Amino acid sequence: MSSAATVGFENVTKAFGAVVAVRDVSFEVAPGHLVTLLGPSGCGKTTTLRMIAGLELPTAGRIRIGERDVTNLPATDRDVAMVFQSYALFPHMTVLENVGYGLSVSGRPKAEVKERAETTLELVGLEGFGARLPSELSGGQQQRVAVARAVVLEPEVLLFDEPLSNLDAKLRRRVREEIRELQQRLGLTAVYVTHDQEEALAISDRIIVMNNAVIAQEGVPRDLYEAPADRFVADFIGDANVLAVTIGAIDGEHAEVRIGEARRRLLHRGLAPGPAHLAIRPEGIVLTADPEASIMAGRVRRASYLGSHVEYDIETALGELFVTDSDVDRIHPVGSEVGLGFGTHGVTLVRD
Amino acid sequence: MSQQRSPLGYWLAIGWAGFLLLPWYVQSGGFFDFAWLLAWADADAAPALAQAVLHGRWWLLPLALPLALPILLLGRRQDTPAAARLLILAGGIGLAWLALQGFAVIHSGWGFDILARTFGPLELSQSGMGAGAALTALALLMFTGLGIAARGAVGGDRFVVGAITLIVALVAVFIFFPVLRILAGALQDSDGSFAPGLFAARFIDPRIWGLGCVLEGSRCGVAWNTLALALFTGLTTTLLGLAFALVATRTAFPAKRALRALTILPIITPPFVISLAIILLFGRSGTVTQFVADLFGVSGGRWIYGFWGVWLAQILSFTPIAFLVLIGVVEGISPSLEEAAQTLRASRWQTFTTVSLPLMRPGLANAFLLGFIESMADFGNPLVLGGNFQVLSTEIFFAIVGAQFDPGRAAMLAMVLLSFTLLAFWAQQRWLGRKLYTTVGGKGDSGLAASLPTGLKWLVLGVTVPWAIFTAIMYAMILFGGFVELWGRNHSFTLRHYEATFGITQGQFGLVWSGTAWNSFWTTLQIAVIAAIPTALIGLITAWLLSRQTFRGKGAFEFGTMLSFAIPGTVIGVAYIMAFNVPPIELTGTGMILIIAFVFRNMPVGVRAGVATLAQLDKSLDEASLTHRASTLQTVRRILLPLMKPALLAALVYSFVSAMTAISAVVFLVSARYELATTYILNRVENGDYGIAIAYSSVLIVVMLIVIGLFQLAIGERRLGRRSAAPAGFTGGVR
Repeated sequence: MSSAATVGFENVTKAFGAVVAVRDVSFEVAPGHLVTLLGPSGCGKTTTLRMIAGLELPTAGRIRIGERDVTNLPATDRDVAMVFQSYALFPHMTVLENVGYGLSVSGRPKAEVKERAETTLELVGLEGFGARLPSELSGGQQQRVAVARAVVLEPEVLLFDEPLSNLDAKLRRRVREEIRELQQRLGLTAVYVTHDQEEALAISDRIIVMNNAVIAQEGVPRDLYEAPADRFVADFIGDANVLAVTIGAIDGEHAEVRIGEARRRLLHRGLAPGPAHLAIRPEGIVLTADPEASIMAGRVRRASYLGSHVEYDIETALGELFVTDSDVDRIHPVGSEVGLGFGTHGVTLVRD
Repeated sequence: MSQQRSPLGYWLAIGWAGFLLLPWYVQSGGFFDFAWLLAWADADAAPALAQAVLHGRWWLLPLALPLALPILLLGRRQDTPAAARLLILAGGIGLAWLALQGFAVIHSGWGFDILARTFGPLELSQSGMGAGAALTALALLMFTGLGIAARGAVGGDRFVVGAITLIVALVAVFIFFPVLRILAGALQDSDGSFAPGLFAARFIDPRIWGLGCVLEGSRCGVAWNTLALALFTGLTTTLLGLAFALVATRTAFPAKRALRALTILPIITPPFVISLAIILLFGRSGTVTQFVADLFGVSGGRWIYGFWGVWLAQILSFTPIAFLVLIGVVEGISPSLEEAAQTLRASRWQTFTTVSLPLMRPGLANAFLLGFIESMADFGNPLVLGGNFQVLSTEIFFAIVGAQFDPGRAAMLAMVLLSFTLLAFWAQQRWLGRKLYTTVGGKGDSGLAASLPTGLKWLVLGVTVPWAIFTAIMYAMILFGGFVELWGRNHSFTLRHYEATFGITQGQFGLVWSGTAWNSFWTTLQIAVIAAIPTALIGLITAWLLSRQTFRGKGAFEFGTMLSFAIPGTVIGVAYIMAFNVPPIELTGTGMILIIAFVFRNMPVGVRAGVATLAQLDKSLDEASLTHRASTLQTVRRILLPLMKPALLAALVYSFVSAMTAISAVVFLVSARYELATTYILNRVENGDYGIAIAYSSVLIVVMLIVIGLFQLAIGERRLGRRSAAPAGFTGGVR
């Protein structure tokens, strides 16, 4: 089942009247990869996905699937399949009829349709459920039927539109692993839309972060978390304290950065001297009981014990900072003076 | 809830006021001329106690006991089992005795033969119950309600139990009792005595069930006629309605708004109007007929009078109803289902036939059954266009008002018609209850509905556009037809018909309303306005009970309140004259019977509007109010009523408008004093006086357009645009 194809967007724009939903977007999805479109609601990620499906046609630009230019091809004629947010299972058909639908409207013989639908149901762990109606299944089972209905067609590209948003939190984690496992096993090219950054980090080969109709950053999950390109990405993927800083003298890859009263050497990441922003992950700050021996001093305003770690709100001269500390044996009491230092990870200069 | 103040004292006061102060019997001059104030000791106007003591009507005296028993509970706990038993006992015995004495003693003495045989003739008589009896009955009913609440029903909520008790009683007296009275009527001979043998003879009447048209080329029975017509009309209106719904939702047709305006046509169109327009076009001197005659030299026949004419009129009348139902159904299909089909490589045609159409199936069934019921209940069109083609509703009418005057036969026909409509109604409820498809899953996607396959698109446009033009021509004919001398003969302009109906002349003592229609016009307005208020209130309270309260027998309660929706107007009309012509409830010839008929026929619409609105109001609003120590009554009044204003207004307007256009029930109930617009028009039509009938109809259409326009202004376009809110109230009932 190795029909996986590349998906290519070349300067694609989609406008609905005066509203531009997607502006001049280009990217490439490698065969067999799972790429996530991540972003807040209204950022254009779903429109992008629907353009791959052929449910929307672009206003300008070119879309390729495999070697073929599909820019103006409607959904019916594209070799893609989609798992909808609401699953969009046909309520008047049984599970087996739902899964076999794509094959049967393509004119395959009945016996083949039945056999392949049953095989796929087995693949998603729903053997024996074929005769039921979708309304007789649980949410998780309905979701699997939707996946089975899409993969049975062995599409060149498999699309997911927030497929987990109707499941409860515990189930979500398990189902996303199942989806990733299935995608890798079948070697499918997949494009996955979500607004949940943890979900994106967990399952993606690459992530495309979108904001305001354009791509904010594209890369592997680790890059996005550790080297966010700008304030938006830093804040959207994980939590980040963003501080206004000043970049001083540049020395090779590093620069001297003024953070309030303190100075530190950090990677300048192509930023020029002058005012800049520093993104600090909550776990990138190390708390000490001695305010003198650190970058800055602060006072604990709130401390919440959460089992695996402790969350602090710390008031400093540069504003209130959100800090997590895995040392649960030594909790700094509210009101106490603490020193704040930087750890080895999670401190990066970012564009505005 | 036990800390609430008990309303028992008030109900006791009301009950005793009814028993001691107000005239027990109905007043010939009407309650509101207050002549009874001066004559309270007379045999006609006296209250119950005076009737019993002074006028020998001893059977009223026992009512004092159930009225007195609850006095024992004043100032004590009323939520004990003993108190509950006492209240239920008092109310139950009181109501039973009230009903028993009402049926036992009537105008002509004893009401039952067995009493006359046992006790000999009775010198005394009594007429229908009046204000005093009504208040006493109300108080007894509320004693029962309080007792049931004290037993802990519905969490002991007195207001809810009281409301349920009251509505059950009203529905029992004004819907079930008359309908059962028909059944009894079919079992009686012309003297009113029990004759079960006649029932069979009446039932196996070849005039009802004959198959002559199939077997020997003669006529078929009215039952078959009615069924065949209903089947045809149901099918055609469903298909046409679907075509219109598809055009309005799935094509880029430019005049969609105008198309949606079609849906208000059946509400504002007086009966006969469509039939009249058809006669103006296709009748013997109709425009089309004459045109064809001039062109081909063939003289027009009377083909329009019969099955095909009635069918045509019914399609014109009821297609908008199917359209209204189906537009919601088509819009209700989740676009992502159609998108899913497309991503699964289904073509547009495959998407339509395998996904869209099957999902519409329950809606199509609903539209068909509605058309089926409407057609069977239709009275105006077959009356005008039927010719020799008789259907049940017109046969019922002729059995009562015609030369044959045969109430037994009318009752039998009414029962047949009622069984048909109830079966269809039942099938509709069952079908919809089981097969209503909703989108599976929680959050929906916002997708685009699939566009129609090209061939289908041209088909629906090809059907709907000419039909819409045809409908428009029909209405233009009506507005135009009132201004010509004599349609088909003399087309010169005249205001003659308007002068005759709505003329105002300068008389000796100022303006004189000289038009002949003014009397019926004002009566109609007055009665429609008066009837609208209880219709809306009872409807909304019922809606609130249905959607916000749980109680035992709720399913039966819902069925009972929605039942009158399925009872054809002619059946209600016959039922009312049979049930309310004699004591204990004697209403024929009054304006009251018209008001009551309107209230209980239009109530289901108020219920629907209310249920739709309440479904949009979160239940936590009520709970928030209740947990802040408001009583149920306060919650309804302070929280729900203000929020339900749109539904209230919708119910008021619908009730008003449908009272203005009703014919089938009221044709039996009008009297010389209370003539209605529609019956006036009917008389003109029967005399062949089309000019006046058309002029009057045009005026009614314009008046109702203004009323609905004002209503739209008051509620605001936005609110009305919400599909589930107000228009739900406009689905229309059975005429």
